[in-house]
Amino acid sequence: MAIDQKSGSELPQRRKLAAGPLSKGDKWFYRATAISANFAFVLVALIVVFLFVNAWPTLSSQGISFIFGDIWNPDAKNPVMQLGPMLWGSILVGFSGVLLATPMAISAAYLIVYLLPKPAARVATTIIDLLAALPSVVIGLWGIAVFTPVAISWAKISNQLLGWIPIFHVKDPNSAFTDSPFIAGWIVAVMIVPIITSVTREIFSQMDDGLINGAVALGGSRFSVFRKVILPTSSSGIIGGILLGLGRALGETVAILYVLQLSFKINFFSVLESRGGAVASWILARFGEASSSEFHGLMAAGLVIFLVTLAVNMVASFIVNRAQPWRKN
Amino acid sequence: MMNSTTASASTLSTEDISVWFGERQVLQDINLVFPANQVTALIGPSGCGKSTFLRTLNRMHELIPSAGLAGRVLLDGQDIYDSSVDAVDVRIKVGMVFQKPNPFPTMSIRENILSGLKLSGRKITDADDLVETSLRRASIWNEVKDRLGDQALSLSGGQQQRLCIARSLAMNPEVLLMDEPCSALDPGSTRRIEETIQELSASMTIVIVTHNMQQAQRVSDQTAFFLADENTPGVVVEFGRTEDLFNTPIDPRTNDYVNGHFG
Repeated sequence: MAIDQKSGSELPQRRKLAAGPLSKGDKWFYRATAISANFAFVLVALIVVFLFVNAWPTLSSQGISFIFGDIWNPDAKNPVMQLGPMLWGSILVGFSGVLLATPMAISAAYLIVYLLPKPAARVATTIIDLLAALPSVVIGLWGIAVFTPVAISWAKISNQLLGWIPIFHVKDPNSAFTDSPFIAGWIVAVMIVPIITSVTREIFSQMDDGLINGAVALGGSRFSVFRKVILPTSSSGIIGGILLGLGRALGETVAILYVLQLSFKINFFSVLESRGGAVASWILARFGEASSSEFHGLMAAGLVIFLVTLAVNMVASFIVNRAQPWRKN
Repeated sequence: MMNSTTASASTLSTEDISVWFGERQVLQDINLVFPANQVTALIGPSGCGKSTFLRTLNRMHELIPSAGLAGRVLLDGQDIYDSSVDAVDVRIKVGMVFQKPNPFPTMSIRENILSGLKLSGRKITDADDLVETSLRRASIWNEVKDRLGDQALSLSGGQQQRLCIARSLAMNPEVLLMDEPCSALDPGSTRRIEETIQELSASMTIVIVTHNMQQAQRVSDQTAFFLADENTPGVVVEFGRTEDLFNTPIDPRTNDYVNGHFG
């Protein structure tokens, strides 16, 4: 019998509490879910190991210049494989996409949550979700056949009006505009509008009506209430949604390959020039005819973009989870 | 003492106000007068339309998509639903405090006070003075004067509600509408807000919805008793001096309600 050290009196005996499943059916159900769940983790681990093992020959021979250099010559006597322009290109296209998609997505979410009558809002939501269901190869084909000619005229107008800004400057108008990061950015924007819209819509619909009523009762207009109350209250959730979109944009492959000229002559920010980069697209473009040496380089590229996407997604879920602490009470 | 220019109180009155949500009529022919510098309590059982009526007085009612209205609401003789009147101007003259304290969570205490001016696009002259005056009028200045930069949500529930009152006062309203402002608060906070209401009635007209009979008797000069029978729109059963309505009610239904026999 246990005795309390201070008072010397007997402590009550603790009983054993059943924590696990009791019935036979429950036990099997528990095991089955545990195995399935663990299988997913094992799969991810195996993929990472596979990537790392195959990437190692390139990573060890190229070192840090794999990330920052700009030469891709896998079949020389001493192979040189440096991913810089592709990695930077992914970032440039990703950010262009986010920049173009965010205003569209926030407007769409505001329209759906606050302006449209319920039935119309349901239809609008379905249409935007359908956009997410389109295979990226279809969007890529649409990008070549339909959107590129339109985007080229937009690009020319931007160049004429804003050419004095370095971003919109081109060296030679005759060899620019087609297959540019500008067009790839738009294509990526189309693909990530649904995810940013759906996160933003969710955040908006969780808004406390009391705050909006309070703001209107103080003499707020639709716009001022949106800008001073709705947007600040939702900002961290929206940023999380934007990062989720960025994560998708960085991994986008086939649609970008269709509309962007991949080049190892690095393009830092001249979005209207006909050259750019995208890691995933580069892997797809080269994989079919890669020698064993280049195969390892492409695996290393895959590992790098995987880690970058993983980091972006982790930051995104961290921000989304931390969003609006006052909602929790 | 602060030198604040407060707007003079206004008389608010309604003429044959009827209200619908879609096809359902929820109020019929409400005729009430809220004289300047008087506190009027609106009492009645849940669902009798008194909060809905309150929302017709600052044009918040029309924000509900299916909302319908007949009759007139006169602020110093001017119909606030007239096509020439801007709803924003109405809401600036007729302030509102809600049942649940709703300070803006992303703003500091100070920013909350100034939020009405920013939301309505008004110029802010001498912000410090306005913040202090408004907080003093809501009797919360001494509690927050050293922490004006703190988040509004760091305050207790009762303090948040007084901050919301101060936020309305910063707009210098002629009329203040209060929709069960103490129902989410403890007795101590309730008492302090009731004292504030009494002080404010010197400079404005106040209409307060309350479920608390004692509160109606403590704070109001006149009382309107709303009632809606099943499937019929709400009406005002009795309206008069608060003392008379509670002590010598004319209508037997008023007598039953104020003595706790139903509702």
